[in-house]
Amino acid sequence: MSVLVDVDTRVVVQGITGHQGSGHTLQMKLFGTKVVAGVTPGRAGTQVEGVPVFDSVQEAVDRTGANASCIFVPAPFAKDALLEAVDAGIRLVVIVTEHIPFHDMLIMYHYAKERGTRIVGPNCPGVASPGKAKVGIIPNVVFRPGRVGVISRSGTLTYEIVNGIRENGLGQSTCIGLGGDPVVGTSFVDALPWFENDPDTDLLVLVGEIGGTAEEDAAEYIRQHFTKPVVAYIAGRAAPAGKRMGHAGAIISRGKGTAQSKQAALEAAGARVGRFPFEIPDLVSEVLRERGRR
Amino acid sequence: MVKLAEWRGKEIFRKYGVPLPPGRVARSPAEAEQWVRDGSVPLPCVIKAQVLAGGRGKGGAVRFANTPEEVRAAAEAILALEFKGERVREVLLEGKLAIGRELYVAITLDRSARVPLLLTSSQGGVEIETVEDSAIVRQPIHPFPGLAGYEKRRASQSLGLTGAASKALSLLLDALWKAFNAEDAELVEINPLAVVGEGLVALDAKVIIEDDAAFRHPEYSEIRDDRTPLEEIAREKEIAFVQLDGNIGVIANGAGLTMATLDVLMEFGGHPGVFLDLGGTDDPAKVSEAFLLMAQARPRAVFLNIFGGVTRCDTVATGLVQAMGQIPPAERFPLVARIRGNNEVEGIEILRKAGITALSSLKESAQSVVAAAQGPPPAGGRA
Repeated sequence: MSVLVDVDTRVVVQGITGHQGSGHTLQMKLFGTKVVAGVTPGRAGTQVEGVPVFDSVQEAVDRTGANASCIFVPAPFAKDALLEAVDAGIRLVVIVTEHIPFHDMLIMYHYAKERGTRIVGPNCPGVASPGKAKVGIIPNVVFRPGRVGVISRSGTLTYEIVNGIRENGLGQSTCIGLGGDPVVGTSFVDALPWFENDPDTDLLVLVGEIGGTAEEDAAEYIRQHFTKPVVAYIAGRAAPAGKRMGHAGAIISRGKGTAQSKQAALEAAGARVGRFPFEIPDLVSEVLRERGRR
Repeated sequence: MVKLAEWRGKEIFRKYGVPLPPGRVARSPAEAEQWVRDGSVPLPCVIKAQVLAGGRGKGGAVRFANTPEEVRAAAEAILALEFKGERVREVLLEGKLAIGRELYVAITLDRSARVPLLLTSSQGGVEIETVEDSAIVRQPIHPFPGLAGYEKRRASQSLGLTGAASKALSLLLDALWKAFNAEDAELVEINPLAVVGEGLVALDAKVIIEDDAAFRHPEYSEIRDDRTPLEEIAREKEIAFVQLDGNIGVIANGAGLTMATLDVLMEFGGHPGVFLDLGGTDDPAKVSEAFLLMAQARPRAVFLNIFGGVTRCDTVATGLVQAMGQIPPAERFPLVARIRGNNEVEGIEILRKAGITALSSLKESAQSVVAAAQGPPPAGGRA
């Protein structure tokens, strides 16, 4: 068992004929993922990296049994792509596309939620369980199978930390990149229960950043319900208030959402909070040693 | 985000039917005088600087006038102001009203709940940040049915409005809700919303439009907001670029890693001056472009921190070496590169051959760039 994806995950790639879509289709396959279909309207009958392309998600589902989607289509068309996936019965959609207006995302989120579809993203690296499946764009090289779970709002920073865990001789159960946009399909609080209930996860790494209150919400959940050890890092201590730091979500306002408030909340909830990203892999090893689970 | 000046926000409000005082925008004292002489703006009136910073009232950027001559003099004084670093280019003239109570109304996004949030407070006319949380009523609005009748009645109740004023609020909230959605706003705010007789009038307007919806709103593409000129160029080139107060330039890929890099630099005594997020690109031309933009900010030293996951370290390095070659020797600055991940060895090799310090430890490279920034300044001074 693992979180969100497993060996039965069958992926349809929406926007498979684009540069990103085709490149990452290959990478997902190399990871061992069952990429069974692609969708680009008007390109049915062709193939990308040996994957058959269909005109619609419904056809892809009917013909290949796809049950998860990875969306690469450009932002103006992302809402339509998501609605199509939900209506075709897809229950996990990873949206890699960035710059989707949050007003679109509000509609996408509630539409999917009311029909039982889980969105991860947008503007996110996706989900990976080493040895099982990857839906998204996290580089294959950083992983090895193991028992550390990772949830993060960042992309590259996550790769760096996951890679450090691997270099320390440990591996990952499941890694989820939530994306840093103001409205995301999956938040820390949504994902925490999955890792709590996942028998393959011994410890959770949480990588947050300034802006919003997602980390404070997570800390509250951890304090009340989460029994496994948590190691955390919050990016953005040095960020000035009110400046947009690349991620639309990383804006500090009204004194809330600062790195300090997030660190304090997580520490109060019992998490070990690292000051630097490069400390995280060592903290993970240390905490696992203390718990005798290495 | 595109923060709109008051008069632009009010143009949007007018489009959707939010009641406003009679008003006009002027760009010169003569024009201001003209608007009162021809009766477009009734006297007495208020003259307000059109700047994005708050606190205009206390800062001399809002004046009152009773005659056309006073209007001209007030406009002249305000148009000569530089208010909190912003040059005043426009003034808004509005007829003075007999104001009753001042209220607060806004719609914004609740990120945690993932719904729009209607905020109301009977303590309008002051900075909302100073109003106690208990005096602000927060009402989540589900995006599908939209703003419901009972939610508007609840808002009326919270503001103590009854009868005709309650009816006016209902119409105003419908207009505000439409504006929030149709204009892809992050925030629509009226503070103060004045009770005038039995009616309501928006005395101020704060509207922030979301950047990501720009493809639906070409009308906002020309509006300058609070970016610096270099930030503006970066936006045109689609590079995430933010100017801070320090002297070390930071180039990294991914917002999270960029922020983490700033954190590490600060920890070792460095002062980041500019940061630039390459995002997922590994196109050498794009890397060069980004680097040349960084050079224009005249940093004392530059720190490049790349984790090549999707990006390849060797292509980033190639772009970097090309860009360094285009900078005149007198304007060059110490560069420390820290690259990890895909093709790391090749990338480090390319950089070292070009005489650039290339390391793989974040800690060591951060210390090295902090030391470089404390060295003698390059010709031409710093940013």
